[in-house]
This record gives sequence, C-alpha cells and structure tokens, in this order.
Amino acid sequence: MKHQLFLFGALFFLALPAARAQQSYSDGYAIGDKATSFSLKDVSGKMVSMDDYDSAKGYIVIFTCNTCPYSKAYESRISDLHEKYASGGFPVLAVNPNDPEVSGGDSYEAMKERAAAKGFEFPYLFDPGQIITKQYGPQRTPHVFLLEKTSEGNVVRYVGAIDNDTENTNPDKISYVEQAVKAIKSGRQPDPATTKAIGCGVKWQKS
Amino acid sequence: MKRGILLGAICLLPFFLRAQGKAVSIKLVSFEHLQQRLQQGTDTTFVVNFWATWCGPCLEEIPYFDRLQEKYSSKKVKVLLVSLDFRSQLKTGVIPFVKKSELISEVILLDEADHGAIIEKIDPSWSGALPATLLVNTATGAGKFHEGSFNFDELEAFYLLTQ
Repeated sequence: MKHQLFLFGALFFLALPAARAQQSYSDGYAIGDKATSFSLKDVSGKMVSMDDYDSAKGYIVIFTCNTCPYSKAYESRISDLHEKYASGGFPVLAVNPNDPEVSGGDSYEAMKERAAAKGFEFPYLFDPGQIITKQYGPQRTPHVFLLEKTSEGNVVRYVGAIDNDTENTNPDKISYVEQAVKAIKSGRQPDPATTKAIGCGVKWQKS
Repeated sequence: MKRGILLGAICLLPFFLRAQGKAVSIKLVSFEHLQQRLQQGTDTTFVVNFWATWCGPCLEEIPYFDRLQEKYSSKKVKVLLVSLDFRSQLKTGVIPFVKKSELISEVILLDEADHGAIIEKIDPSWSGALPATLLVNTATGAGKFHEGSFNFDELEAFYLLTQ
C-alpha cells in the first residue's frame, strides 16, 4: 500500500512542470507582500477606506460574493469573524470580486439585497473594474487575505480558506483565520500561512 | 412464434435500456479510494474532471468529456467525473443533473470534508477553483493537470498529449 501511494505521488511529481513548484498564488499577493490599501463603496453607498480604521491592527480581507454556494455557506462564519475580531483591531472587509456583466447575480444592487437580507454587519464592498481584485489576486470565493498593519504598510500574513470544513459539520475543524489572527496578535507568524479550498472561480471581465 | 418473441424482445430493448439508464446511482468515494482507482489498469488513461453542479463553466464543459469518452471508446480511456458538491446536494443536485444530461461517463462524489488537503495532493499548482482536470496515463506514468475550462478541441489536445 505504501509503495502504491508512493507511486501515485511519483506520478504527480512527474506531472509537475518545474516552474510551478511551490508557487501557489502566481499573480496575486504572497505571504510577506505589502498589500495595497483600498477605498471602495459599501452596500450603504458610503466609501470605506482602510485608512478610516485608526485603531486597526490589521484587516481580514475576504473576497466573497452573492452567488457562490461556498460563499453562502460561509456567510454566517464571516459575520462571526467580524463580530469576534473587529473590536480587537481586525475588522472584516468583504470585497465582491466578480464582474457583474459576467455574473449578473453579483451586481451592486444584488449585493445590497443580499447584505440586507442576511444582516451583514461588516462592510461589503463593490470593486468596479476589478481593480483591487486584480492586485490581490484571489482565485476563488471565498478567499481570505489577512493583513497586519505595520509601520511599513499592510503586510500579507495569511492567504487561503476560512477553515477546513465548508459544510460546517466537523466539530474538530480547524479555523485557519482565527488561528492566524491569534498568532499575529501574539507576535507570531500564522502557521499554516497558506491554505487551499474548493471554491467558485472569480468571474473575470471578458476582454 | 419464437421469432415473434425475439422480434418483440428486440423492439422492447430500447425501452428497457432507457429505463435502465434512468436509474442513476452515484457512489460516494473517499480520496484514498479514488487514488486506488487511478492505479488500476495497466495502460489506461484516466481523465479525471473535478466539477460541481453550482459551477457554470463546469456544466458547460461536461458534454465535451462525454464526447471524448465516446470518440476514443476503442482506446483505453476512462473519464471520471468527480463531483465536489456538498454531500447534502447528492440527491437534490447531482443525481437530477446527471439524469437530465444523460451522461455516459462515470460520475462519483468525493466524500471528503477537508478539501484543502486533497487539492494539494492532486496537484500543488491547483488553487482549488473549479473546473480542474487531471490526466493520468497508467502505462507511461505521464500525468497532466489543468485548472480552468476546456472547449472540446482543447480537451482533446490535452488528452492526446499523454498518448
């Protein structure tokens, strides 16, 4: 059995072009990168800027949307994160990364409806032209970028999933984002610093 | 008389087959079991497509996988459509879709809660976005991975790369 698994592993290893190795987020931010600050329109119509959060120690930036079942499955957990950590300096900033032309259910109007229906307490932001989305580089929804505010700027400390149990049925699930926030608060680097999950691909503007 | 029965049986055969085709059963398969499947066969090419009913681009390309299975039916090619739908969606989402689309390829549902660990094992370059397709040629050991959609020509070219 062990031998077989090894063979299987070897198959995949052979399949990998060398250039791909360990480059998990080719075009987006990687751990240690300085993330751009943004100012985007909330569902209430007001602009929300990272710079407005004077007492923030960091930001839980979550790319999420209206339409993806994985995003929907995580909505209450995103609210919980905001409730739990905003007052301690780590607010959730949710950004809808999808192009509304490609994904009609992710229009600004639809975002307003969703936020009202679900009672989002966290800012749910629209990114016209996907400008911020392109810089951060989420590949799916939901996709988290946890930033630490430093004197040098906002540094990317964790990239990945909210936890390892989308269906929320496992009592022993690992809450990656919570772990990562706690690590930063106590001056440690999150471990793991990156995780993966199944999710809906980001709906990019058709060129 | 005998001839009549035979003729009748032949006439009824399509109805019988269609009725058979309607009984869709989809196995819940662990990742370990999937790995074992992919080691079976000495010269088989597995075309493993990871999809879900909620993924629009996945549903668009699924007919191409069926077409590939059909076109290369004389070759040892095995298309496996691995659904990553939630288990709770099996009866309400996956089975109705498979019935409606009358797929000829084998469909299974990956029975794992922690997908993160599996994504890494399937291919470290995979972000986790769907669709994604893995090709394993058990004869040559050649493997290929692709994240994103295919049209039929692209899928065929991808398949032929390992032949």
